[in-house]
Amino acid sequence: MSDHQLRVSKIPRGTVIDHIRAGQALNVLAILGIDGRAGETVSVGMNIPSDQMSQKDIVKVEGRELSQDEVDVLSLIAPEATINIIREYEVVEKQYLERPERVVGVLSCPNHNCITNANEPVETKFDVLDEGVRCEYCETIVREDLAAHIAVK
Amino acid sequence: MRHDHLITAKQLSRENVEAVLDRAAEIDADPAAFADRHDDAILGLCFFEPSTRTKMSFETAIKRLGGDIVDMGSVESSSVKKGESLADTARVIEGYADAMVLRHPSQGAAKMVSEFVDVPLLNAGDGAGHHPTQTLLDLYTIRENAGLDDLTIGIMGDLKYGRTVHSLANALTNFDADQHFISPESLKLPRSVRYDLHESGAMVREHTELDEILPALDVLYVTRIQRERFPDENEYQQVAGEYGIDLETLESAKDDLTVMHPLPRVDEIAPEVDDTKYATYFEQAHNGVPVRMALLDRMLEDNR
Repeated sequence: MSDHQLRVSKIPRGTVIDHIRAGQALNVLAILGIDGRAGETVSVGMNIPSDQMSQKDIVKVEGRELSQDEVDVLSLIAPEATINIIREYEVVEKQYLERPERVVGVLSCPNHNCITNANEPVETKFDVLDEGVRCEYCETIVREDLAAHIAVK
Repeated sequence: MRHDHLITAKQLSRENVEAVLDRAAEIDADPAAFADRHDDAILGLCFFEPSTRTKMSFETAIKRLGGDIVDMGSVESSSVKKGESLADTARVIEGYADAMVLRHPSQGAAKMVSEFVDVPLLNAGDGAGHHPTQTLLDLYTIRENAGLDDLTIGIMGDLKYGRTVHSLANALTNFDADQHFISPESLKLPRSVRYDLHESGAMVREHTELDEILPALDVLYVTRIQRERFPDENEYQQVAGEYGIDLETLESAKDDLTVMHPLPRVDEIAPEVDDTKYATYFEQAHNGVPVRMALLDRMLEDNR
């Protein structure tokens, strides 16, 4: 067993999100709304040596499989990530991320004058562009640091 | 085509624009023929920030079509003061009116309201976002004075926060128009408008000095540089004078240059320009009535 395999042990069932860009693991947990209060066992590896990426992060969540909405948003901040569904310690499904056409209710708009920041009964909606995302309401384009705009519930 | 809502100028095809402008020209030619076209129509006016021209021209337009208005009045005297959401206000007024006009300080407000109401909604300005009915009257004025094809237009002033600029720039991509944008670095077109122009295949030509391009222009569209946007008064003073025009500035212009401004102006156009052949801004403001009559006429007709 190699060193980095030992750092984060195998899980019986759940999801392993691998090949996350180094430094993004906590943002991934934020997207999934995981803060430990629900009692899930969560393992996080950060800055793990990787042949492909030099360094990578990895997140293992026991007893939970990701919804498509969650996968869509993950694709924005961790496009290189792979999602492995684990059952009985085995990978039963490996998913490569594809960028969605839009994301709903997950990112907050950085434009303080956007109607979505005005306490109205409306969810944020962003169109996904080749580079970045665009608010469907105020049309602000966000290209840098999308993770900073995740609306953590 | 059913006319449901008009939220941004990006919704307007060349065909849509020409149909509205043609109807406006018919109205201009024979206003009496349209006097009782919509005598049972009620237009809801929802203005969440001050407006003189836009509000009064909508009010005049519906009355000249035979209809009437319901007006929510000032924000201070409305339920908004009690904390009611915009979505709720709009849903209530929808029950009183056959069409609604909304001006609101937040960008995206009209888009949001359009998701809550079924009557046709006209965006009369949403913060620094869009102002598509202003664009229609701008296009009408341009067509009357310079034509909409084979056109070289300079758009100057506050391009970053100027909603009339954003809508006009988008709408002009339907026509054979070379657009030149003149502003200080700090007030250049926002990324979103630049993106739309690139997507539509339009060239974005930017200048910091008017004299670089003035001799080539058929139309010069001037907007107010908004003093309140500058964090530093000295910074404003450095650019304000440079983006004003007077008779001296216009010496290098074409004889048939059309100078426009959505108004109100402060000091961007010297009063001495008012009496010249170039000045078209008051005509432009007057065109608000026939153009909004045409738009309302088509919308109300199609939603009967």
